[in-house]
Amino acid sequence: MADIRNNFVGIKSPNPFWLASAPPTDKAYNVERAFKAGWGGVVWKTLGEEGPPVVNVNGPRYGAIWSGDRRLIGFNNIELITDRQLQLNLQEIKQVKKNWPDRALVVSIMVPCDEDSWKAILPLVEETEADGIELNFGCPHGMSERGMGAAVGQVPEYVEMVVRWCKQYSRMPVITKLTPNITDIRRPARAAKNGGTDAVSLINTINSITSVDLDLMAPMPTIDGKGTHGGYCGPAAKPIALHMVAEIARDKETYGLPISGIGGVTTWRDAAEFLALGAGNVQVCTAAMVYGFKIVEEMISGLSNWMDEKGYRTLDDFSGRAVRNVTDWQFLNLNYITKAHIDQETCIKCGRCHIACEDTSHQAIMKEKDGKRHFEVMDDECVGCNLCVNVCPVEDCITMIALQPGMLDERTNRVVEPTYANWTTHPNNPMRKVEPAE
Amino acid sequence: MSEGMLKQGIVPGRLEPGQYARNFSDLHPRLDKHEAFVEADRCYFCFDAPCMHACPTSIDIPMFIREISTDNPLGAAETIFEQNILGGMCARVCPTEQLCEEACVRMEAEGKPVKIGQLQRYATDIAMEENAQFFERAPSTGKKIAVVGAGPAGLAAAHRLAVHGHDVTIYDARPKAGGLNEYGIATYKTPDGFAQAEVEYVTAIGGIDIELGQALGKELSLEGLLKTHDAVFLGVGLGGVNALRAEGESTADDGLAAAVDFISELRQSDDLSKLPVGRRIVVIGGGMTAIDAAVQSKLLGAEDVTICYRRGQEHMNASGFEQDLAASKGVRIRHWLQPKRILTENGRVTGIELEYTTLTDGRLVGMGHTLTLPADQVFKAIGQTLEDETAAGLALSGGRIAVDAEGRTSRPGVWAGGDCIDKGDDLTVTAVAQGRDAAESIHRYLSGN
Repeated sequence: MADIRNNFVGIKSPNPFWLASAPPTDKAYNVERAFKAGWGGVVWKTLGEEGPPVVNVNGPRYGAIWSGDRRLIGFNNIELITDRQLQLNLQEIKQVKKNWPDRALVVSIMVPCDEDSWKAILPLVEETEADGIELNFGCPHGMSERGMGAAVGQVPEYVEMVVRWCKQYSRMPVITKLTPNITDIRRPARAAKNGGTDAVSLINTINSITSVDLDLMAPMPTIDGKGTHGGYCGPAAKPIALHMVAEIARDKETYGLPISGIGGVTTWRDAAEFLALGAGNVQVCTAAMVYGFKIVEEMISGLSNWMDEKGYRTLDDFSGRAVRNVTDWQFLNLNYITKAHIDQETCIKCGRCHIACEDTSHQAIMKEKDGKRHFEVMDDECVGCNLCVNVCPVEDCITMIALQPGMLDERTNRVVEPTYANWTTHPNNPMRKVEPAE
Repeated sequence: MSEGMLKQGIVPGRLEPGQYARNFSDLHPRLDKHEAFVEADRCYFCFDAPCMHACPTSIDIPMFIREISTDNPLGAAETIFEQNILGGMCARVCPTEQLCEEACVRMEAEGKPVKIGQLQRYATDIAMEENAQFFERAPSTGKKIAVVGAGPAGLAAAHRLAVHGHDVTIYDARPKAGGLNEYGIATYKTPDGFAQAEVEYVTAIGGIDIELGQALGKELSLEGLLKTHDAVFLGVGLGGVNALRAEGESTADDGLAAAVDFISELRQSDDLSKLPVGRRIVVIGGGMTAIDAAVQSKLLGAEDVTICYRRGQEHMNASGFEQDLAASKGVRIRHWLQPKRILTENGRVTGIELEYTTLTDGRLVGMGHTLTLPADQVFKAIGQTLEDETAAGLALSGGRIAVDAEGRTSRPGVWAGGDCIDKGDDLTVTAVAQGRDAAESIHRYLSGN
């Protein structure tokens, strides 16, 4: 049985599934329910400075996009940080941590970008005996208009500065949460590292308008006829998050910096993918908000079974394993040649592969054979693009098969070379190097 | 059970008064919007979709389903009506599991096709309720066309001719238009006056007059129609009923009837509790008509209803769905039995003697053994025939009017379509396709193309 216990910057939890700082972690009631359901840890919803709390809108604060069967695939929100009194949150945090000593309890914080504000709140949080803090430099809406959240996260110098204060005025591990609303995610990650952060967590939500109400002619969610951009998340955001996690994991300057992966984690498989790309654990929000806390059971069971199947005993056995395989386009092997293959046994003859290829790609899939409806790849036209695989409704019906060295590529009439050769040495590259690159 | 079910003979009022409405309510109520969206989402939007090819009217099914899924039911209805102006009725009566839904790739993938028929009904119902009209008449051509028969073939032909700007008069022998849609389909498939609503919807384009009580061979003659019109389309259906060729058939004055007459009477009844039905019923036949008669007998309160078909289950014309429906209503279907003798007492049917059959060298033969089923009502549902007077002077083939690929009969200026032609297959949707295509042929002929 795989051991899925997690040790993230010294914060221990029975599994790597944490709830992200968000509505599900706003108060003791929810967090206790989450722990009962089996979540390994939570990042308590972001606390603000002492004083009257922020207020939220009283109209809709969430928007969504759905797949055809109305499964929620993208989600956005315009909720702010906690709108409850600081002291109430601190009391509850202290009590919950006492009740659940084996679970990770990290507190998210967002206060104005000045030293005094941070200096004031850190001891209050430390007093709760929470396991660590997460710096909310990510929220893209509302708070950023007040110079907090993403407004800080988008300026690497500010990130570094605030992290430094936190390390200076607190003994707690510091996790710096990054905003994706930036051109190059490595910059704030490097800044956080320079400031002494123990880890980064990413991604926070993406600036978004989920849809437009065509009757009101207003963005959704709509508050009295107006709308504003919100933070986008959910399954549809996962690819963006995976890329950003990988960029930090493979960056020379931040290599080895612990990462808490966030962004569309919905199943055990999503979590395993984040871990493979270098995350030490994952944080979940949307999936819990859509399905409730119970989903963690599937995540725990699925991850554990998969690890058993693969022979991974601990999370460290596979964490980061895919990082070395993330590279730049220029280093991809141009001598690697694949052809699509349609399994006629499982093909249901919908013809979507044909029309996709015919209309929009390389005209490489026939629609008829011996006068009958039949879909088959023509190797002499197929460039191996994978579009047919992606549009086929039947899993594993179409697969990409690599030509072995020595075989003839019927499209180019060239024999497949056994050697690795990439763009840097390609004759068409005006900037080519004489020697093949690594 | 109700006391009435125990009454002997052919009597009305077998059920409690409230039961009739429940028994004859809509078999498949329209999908609501949520159900339609869920179902529409299952469509893969196939390339050159097999369902489309399986549809005799070639409706662009993936397109209309996509239109439903994007909350554009009127667009969906237009896509349907462009190919099949009787798409509303076809959505109700098509044996979809033998046509579009059998071809659906989801059938191959998981044995559960997209519910194309119900989605079609969703879209067409919305459009018809709003009376959304999608066709405009071309400028008048001044040409006059007679359409004989206001059934599916005739209505489809008339509509397409009207679209092209011709003036159409539909003549029908019955007191109401609609043909089999009005008289020949089980009540629970098309309740609430849908057939008449559809006639109104189809003729709303204008340029179509309907004259009822006008029968070919009686009030009308082909000669006469050709004198007063530029072309004639015959969609007269099959007015005759095949005989059982069983002993005692001619002396059975009471209790032996054509299933089509029973179905028609039922459809036209405004109080089903007054409609008499036997306690024990035998229906002879293996097609949709047999099923419709048997199921409705049962729904009217008959205690025991048996369909007897002279061949095996695999040979039945009734679709699997129809057979299952009959079974679910308590109708018994027996195979390999052919009628031998109608048993009567003073002209009143008391039962039927049937002979077991088998296939020998591909030929159906009686085995000599017999079985007697008590019955106070026997319905004949072994097919209909063309009435001679409706096709006077036209070449026939296999007992039906011979036509070419465009629906032209042997006589210039006369087209035909639907059940009355040699290419008919007793399906509403095929009749619609033939009427529509004949109309295009007539239009080409009249425009000199």
